[in-house]
Amino acid sequence: MLDTTEDYIVEIDHLGFARGERRIFDDLNIKIRRREITSIMGPSGTGKTTLLRMITGQLTPDEGTVRLNGLVVSELSRTKLYEMRREIGMLFQQGALLTDYDVFENVAFPLREHTDLPERLIRYVVLTKLHAVGLRGAARLLPSELSGGMARRVALARAIVMDPKLLIYDEPFSGLDPISTGVVVRLIRHMNDALGISSIVVSHDVNEITAVADRSYLIADGRVIASGSPQQLRADHSEFVQQFIHGMPDGPVPFHYPAADYSEQLLARVEE
Amino acid sequence: MILWIRDLSLTVRGALQTFGAVMIFLLDLFSRSPRTLVRRFPLVVAQVYNAGTLSLTIVMVSGFFVGMVLGLQGFDSLARFGAEDSLGAVAALSLFKELGPVITALLFAGRAGTAIASEIGLMRATDQLLAMEMMAVDPMDRVVTPRFLGGIIAMPLLVAIFNAIGITGTYLIGVSLMGVDSGVFWSQLHANVDLGDVIEGIVKSLIFGGAASLLAVYEGYTCIPSPEGVGRATTRTVVSSAVSVLVLDYLITSALI
Repeated sequence: MLDTTEDYIVEIDHLGFARGERRIFDDLNIKIRRREITSIMGPSGTGKTTLLRMITGQLTPDEGTVRLNGLVVSELSRTKLYEMRREIGMLFQQGALLTDYDVFENVAFPLREHTDLPERLIRYVVLTKLHAVGLRGAARLLPSELSGGMARRVALARAIVMDPKLLIYDEPFSGLDPISTGVVVRLIRHMNDALGISSIVVSHDVNEITAVADRSYLIADGRVIASGSPQQLRADHSEFVQQFIHGMPDGPVPFHYPAADYSEQLLARVEE
Repeated sequence: MILWIRDLSLTVRGALQTFGAVMIFLLDLFSRSPRTLVRRFPLVVAQVYNAGTLSLTIVMVSGFFVGMVLGLQGFDSLARFGAEDSLGAVAALSLFKELGPVITALLFAGRAGTAIASEIGLMRATDQLLAMEMMAVDPMDRVVTPRFLGGIIAMPLLVAIFNAIGITGTYLIGVSLMGVDSGVFWSQLHANVDLGDVIEGIVKSLIFGGAASLLAVYEGYTCIPSPEGVGRATTRTVVSSAVSVLVLDYLITSALI
């Protein structure tokens, strides 16, 4: 099948970005297919969250382009950018629920801001979304009364309340117990397939990603090191991919931070 | 010596940069205010209620004691000139023109200002502001401008309450304790305070309220998103509000006299 723009919801071309002296991305190329779950993996500090900020237009790339639905994100006017964001649902690492409001009002927030729906309809929509994440019974709890896993499920309900075309998950499994992780894995799959949307999952939890992603990109040193289905990644024999997938402490990513020679430093005379 | 001059110039430049940033922030808030007042009126009302009730108790208690001290000191000073009958007028002028707006603004900055700064700072630190932006809701419109306007509207109301209770305190001391005639107290007050004095107080309270809430929302919105950053923003809110209120007080007074 020929690849056309139609097949991709996000296209990242020759992306370059630097923070001060440090180059974060260097000629990064990623394409995200519609209706698939694409994972972006990489060691901590490789700029995964920075990449998400470029896709959503919070940061502008130094070189190259990020296209969303065929439009170059960094060239959009503020109004267009906000219009575009209505079609994206984003799940933040810690949920980022509004602490002043209860669960119901958190999920209702985008509806109240962007629509003039009557109260009955808002109630209907919010309760169905909460039911989808299994938290209809928690509608009147405050964010401070929720566990980490529950907060993330509420944030997911909020992310899908405007029926987005793209759902972005930033480290959805970090800090969750095994049961909550299992629930979130199932929800990511379920939301993607039931709503017919596209999903991007940024994470470094290899096992969970393998269970849920259709396609994965492994980034390190500002570029894509490997990509493909989880099976293809596991079969990849490059040292780095093996180190990352199997969680080995030493390898291409060294255990030791660069330092002077060990014995020399230990035996060196201390200047008084 | 040269190092000292360099340090001084860096400090001055830093201060000017901050001042410029605050002014740009203020212009941005002003440009959003009319729209916010129309479209998000309920939010503004909620913030007037918030800022107002937060500071209400402390303003009332302080007003009462300031009024009583005015009664004691005023009576003592005026008695030396045999002018204790003017106590009502002196107390009212001091309260309406100076003490009311200034002390209320300082209390407001300490109570409501810090609450606003830390609230917005925590929203920043917990990604709530970012989440709003991602939901295509501008946090400047949704969170910051209503709090700014709420503060401006709440201040004159608080000052009015402070003044009323302050006068009551002075009356209690002057009339009940020191024996100034009640009728003389009120008639002196009535005869010597004119509309201009009251308006001066209202102008001051609006400007002080604007300054205190501007600095509170600015410090909160621009704070470093960490527990330490939020703490520092809260402290800076009190310090910068107090200094600005006193400087502005001098400038306004010298312009009006």
